[in-house]
Amino acid sequence: MEKFTTLQDTAVPLEVENIDTDQIIPARFLKATDKAGFGENLFKDWRFDKEGKPVEDFTLNQDQYSGSILIAGNNFGCGSSREHAAWALKAYGFKVVVSSYFADIFKGNALNNGLLPVQVSPEFLDELFLAIKKDNKESFKVDLENQKIEMLSSGKSENFAIDPYKKTCLINGFDDIDFLVSKLDAIKKFEEKQTQMREAAIQ
Amino acid sequence: MKKTLFDKIWDAHVVESIPDGPDILYIDQHLIHEVTSPQAFNELKEREIPVFRPNKIVATADHNTPTENQHLPVKDLLSRKQLKELSQNCEENNITLYGLGHPYNGIVHVMAPELGITQPGKTMVCGDSHTSTHGAFGAIAFGIGTSQVTQVFASQCLLVEKPKRLRVNVNGELKKGVTPKDVILYVISKLGTNSGTGYFCEYAGDVFENMSMEGRMTVCNMSIEMGARGGLIAPDQTTYDYVEGREFAPKGEEFDKLKAYWETLRTDDGAEFDQEYSFDAEDIEPMITYGTNPGMGIKITGAIPVEGGKSDAKALSYMGFKPGESLIDKPINYIFIGSCTNSRIEDFRMAASYIKGKKKAENVNALIVPGSRQVAAQIQEEGLDKVFEEAGFRLRQPGCSACLAMNDDKIPEGEYCVSTSNRNFEGRQGQGSRTILASPLTAAATAVAGKITDFTKSLN
Repeated sequence: MEKFTTLQDTAVPLEVENIDTDQIIPARFLKATDKAGFGENLFKDWRFDKEGKPVEDFTLNQDQYSGSILIAGNNFGCGSSREHAAWALKAYGFKVVVSSYFADIFKGNALNNGLLPVQVSPEFLDELFLAIKKDNKESFKVDLENQKIEMLSSGKSENFAIDPYKKTCLINGFDDIDFLVSKLDAIKKFEEKQTQMREAAIQ
Repeated sequence: MKKTLFDKIWDAHVVESIPDGPDILYIDQHLIHEVTSPQAFNELKEREIPVFRPNKIVATADHNTPTENQHLPVKDLLSRKQLKELSQNCEENNITLYGLGHPYNGIVHVMAPELGITQPGKTMVCGDSHTSTHGAFGAIAFGIGTSQVTQVFASQCLLVEKPKRLRVNVNGELKKGVTPKDVILYVISKLGTNSGTGYFCEYAGDVFENMSMEGRMTVCNMSIEMGARGGLIAPDQTTYDYVEGREFAPKGEEFDKLKAYWETLRTDDGAEFDQEYSFDAEDIEPMITYGTNPGMGIKITGAIPVEGGKSDAKALSYMGFKPGESLIDKPINYIFIGSCTNSRIEDFRMAASYIKGKKKAENVNALIVPGSRQVAAQIQEEGLDKVFEEAGFRLRQPGCSACLAMNDDKIPEGEYCVSTSNRNFEGRQGQGSRTILASPLTAAATAVAGKITDFTKSLN
């Protein structure tokens, strides 16, 4: 997995709440058997109309916005568990998604793909949207080590929470698979114990 | 210490707790399907890691499969390739597959319970968010992403943070015409689409105690629609009766032994929850949704709220509805009865009992898709197929179908569909489609009337 430490970049605002993973990547694009190529279908039905022409007022089609940080409304990534949503965001070029709330499964999927979900307070999220509206070239610094997101022009910042284990994984580029495989002996012991535990519960 | 049902099952599956980190949770049963598994198999192959416990995995083909002519090669080439890879991967790794055409084939959350694979006290996962369905048996069941599918392949375990505990109580007697689907749509409409995020939800109270297993599955299925990773209901005699005698259920003495363990799986009196809500059954009426998330629900005779959240205007504009509007008499051209939420035999009995002796309205395209081959067979055995046929409904072969429209079963752009599925997201049932979530009874009544109707008046 790609490592993540700090990132300084401009951001793309997407001020919509409850963005579900069906919008991030519609189901008709889930027939692939590898992870490549999902970026071009990111937000497909919001980005393009029926004829395949870009929808002008959609944020990803607006030249004034660019960067590898996506700032989105509350409860981002709800709905389907499709990891294709995280792959699509990553393939498109996003490295960080900021919102005031993330759905559980999406959050896990993002972290497993080196895409950092940064959860901020609703108030700070409003400030972020305002800052981009005021100046679309506003830069943001996301510092994973110090768990801090900062607006560079004003210096305003907020700390964000992240599971310490996941933080270590991201900073070092580790994933869960190697870790779990290293635990196979303990897992086998657990399997042997399982029946006894059930019997003990009945006593 | 007093423990909740959830704690009891979770704690019995923790292999190790990482200090300041997640738990290593052992998974008793892994279910897989064609859409979220191929990349996981590829990853294993690349890293030269074998599947650790193939006998704890069961596969089915359901998401992209056609619901007509299943005996013929699948026309859509991408779907066909995905299905072929599933077969190859299962064969190479000694995993049991109930593929298209197999008598046990069906939607993963319908076939596993009916085969007795789903059992109380188990931990179960699948690369599908509606895995919460299996919680109806008093199991911890939740949806995972493809990276996690790989983790379970490699170790039969997951690294997961223990969720918080939530309890939803519904007590009292449900009114005539109010189904389990209405109960869960009501709860989600009251609590909102992210109220359960970070939680596992136990459903308690006499409404759930009096529900059939099919009804409990409908309720637990939609836990994810309020953000909860899973939902569960304490196992009881209804559960044991459902499980006993099924293909992969424990038999004889083993069943009795396990049943004694299952009986310990209830929340202790005085156990604490991080959050708790209570509702009265009498307040619940048949429900429909008006927006683009499952939390945007109203009683069928109600009006769309005038004061909504920030994104409600976008949702209403997509749906073509106005604040304050009632949906009664709104013409509807499509209805869909199916999906992992409502495609079990009881759902079709419910629909058929309303439809019997009636005809669908001329404007309506009515699609009925059983959840599994076994359900399809039972529909025939009970003669429900005749009822549907005579009423002008189209009965198809099993699969996920128009719930997510990965196959040809799509709702055309701009059309409304009263659907028994679980998600009314933009474009969920096809690009530009507009979904109104409801129970099988409401969908059947809509098909007969050709519009949304207050059918409760006509119930005996």
